[in-house]
Amino acid sequence: MTVATAHAAPPKPSTWTRVRGWVGNPWGRPRFLVGFTWLYMAWSIIPALIAIQFSFNSGRSRTIWSGFSTRWYWGDVDSVWSDADLHHALIQSIKLAVLDVAIATPLGVLLALGLARWRGRGAGVSNFIMLFPLVTPEIVMGVSLLLVFTHVFTFIQPSTTAQVLGHVTFSISYVVVVVRGRLFSIGRQYEEAAADLGASPAVALYRVLLPLLMPAIVASIAIVFALSIDDFVISYWLSCGAGCDTVPIQIYAATRAAPLPSTNAIATILSALTLASIIIGYLGYRFFTRHERAGGGLVGDMAAFDV
Amino acid sequence: MYPRWLWSGFALPGVIWLILLFIIPFYAVIGVAFGTVDPILFRPIPSWNPLDWNVGWMSQTLTRLEPGGDLWDVFVRTTEYVVISVGASLAIGYPVAYYIARHARRTKALLLVLLILPLWISYLMRMLAWVNLLEVDGYVNRFLMWSHVINQPYGWLDGKPVTVVFALIYGYIPYFILPLFAALDRIDQSHLEAARDLGASPLQAFLRVTLPLSKTGILGGCVLIALPMFGDYYTPNIVSGAPTTSMLGNQIDLYFHGTSQPTIGAALTILLSLFLVVLMGYYIWTVHRATKELAST
Repeated sequence: MTVATAHAAPPKPSTWTRVRGWVGNPWGRPRFLVGFTWLYMAWSIIPALIAIQFSFNSGRSRTIWSGFSTRWYWGDVDSVWSDADLHHALIQSIKLAVLDVAIATPLGVLLALGLARWRGRGAGVSNFIMLFPLVTPEIVMGVSLLLVFTHVFTFIQPSTTAQVLGHVTFSISYVVVVVRGRLFSIGRQYEEAAADLGASPAVALYRVLLPLLMPAIVASIAIVFALSIDDFVISYWLSCGAGCDTVPIQIYAATRAAPLPSTNAIATILSALTLASIIIGYLGYRFFTRHERAGGGLVGDMAAFDV
Repeated sequence: MYPRWLWSGFALPGVIWLILLFIIPFYAVIGVAFGTVDPILFRPIPSWNPLDWNVGWMSQTLTRLEPGGDLWDVFVRTTEYVVISVGASLAIGYPVAYYIARHARRTKALLLVLLILPLWISYLMRMLAWVNLLEVDGYVNRFLMWSHVINQPYGWLDGKPVTVVFALIYGYIPYFILPLFAALDRIDQSHLEAARDLGASPLQAFLRVTLPLSKTGILGGCVLIALPMFGDYYTPNIVSGAPTTSMLGNQIDLYFHGTSQPTIGAALTILLSLFLVVLMGYYIWTVHRATKELAST
């Protein structure tokens, strides 16, 4: 029986030759890589989707699904809306993020301009120092800021003010990196043209350079907002106690105790805020670069957001 | 066309900010680590003058970090976790970055969005998601029991090193893949075609063209995730919390928030920074060089 079918069927390539064919053809579809990549994507996204799903659970469990409900957002005594701690943490997170954007963006834009064009003593050192906050482990920054506020700048002490100062300190460098990239790509010729046509330095800065920098500024605002909303370590080290708790601190505390689906709910709100800020920032970026689209498309645009 | 003082004037506020809140804080850690402790209130008394430094706490911490000391075990464990996690990130991340950069066509934009998405979902939320999944009655245990891999629920969250390493990989891998993707995406396809035309097999072309050209991306990605992993304390705390999986960051956290011995905590922070300075230096050097190239074009 088996012999008969073997004769009837056309000669099938062995598994080995087929695998070799996939791997060996550099211009063919690498099937193994396709599967692997999509598996990775599923692995990286699905757990978060399940966590979001359980924020809408009608039961008290985060592991057993018992139907759809929004009781963990509002209505229940332990919901985000009614639980004073969660409510306050959400406000604290947004407060820190807004203040961080308001301070770090102008500081960072000015610093980027200065560092890109200042050719004097101190420029090299400043360029070098600016990169350190990007690579210093957060715990080292957290410890050093905590100690500086408790032993040197003792008039501040761990507080909301200290948290804002800490957030700005780690955000500035991201703004500098984004804005400086844009500065290099636009060059100086537009300003020089403006000067040739009689613009004063102030006019060249305000009417020529600032509009050209707008896409980078909008991207920075979105990135700083998202970084600040997401930050756990700096907020944690500079916290003054319950009054300074942000959403990530609440999630951290809750996972170590026995969390309710309301923890998932507040985490969902937090992620929605981050995503919204990034999407708005991206749309703003597209808007301000609408006359420059010569190619690159989405992939090229996204380079502005990967820091 | 601009006045000469303008650019240095623009840089000034930011530079002052970083000096006050980035450099001076480092000196505060040094001052506390080399200071003394109030014998009654147990509060640290920092000493700012290097001539008055008290090296007692630092040398005590160093002794504990030597082989045989209690902190030595923590140091070895931290290094093990980080090396395994970075290695696994490379093994998982390289094929993904390679596929998206080289082969994805119509799905490239979608895959890139999915690749960046985890970066904008809160890190703590992604950890919370796995805590939910790994609970005794969570989906993971239920799936493993349904498929008869195990007969009774496994306590993933009861201080298992494997869970901590898994969580570290899961948390940091997006930060690894992105720079690697950028490096792979920059490789000019014609190099590969040239290699193939000159008779290289696909494997040879990969090993002798693609791999060397993506070396900076690989090293950059490894350093970029190894640095925060070495300072991590919240990931092990969230998915384990047991002293048997404690990392160096947990010890520092403990000295500040658990036992209130900031002097030892500060000494340990300095030693950790010194240990990491090589990695930080490497990364800054590559970024600095790339910026200079960009500025000169």
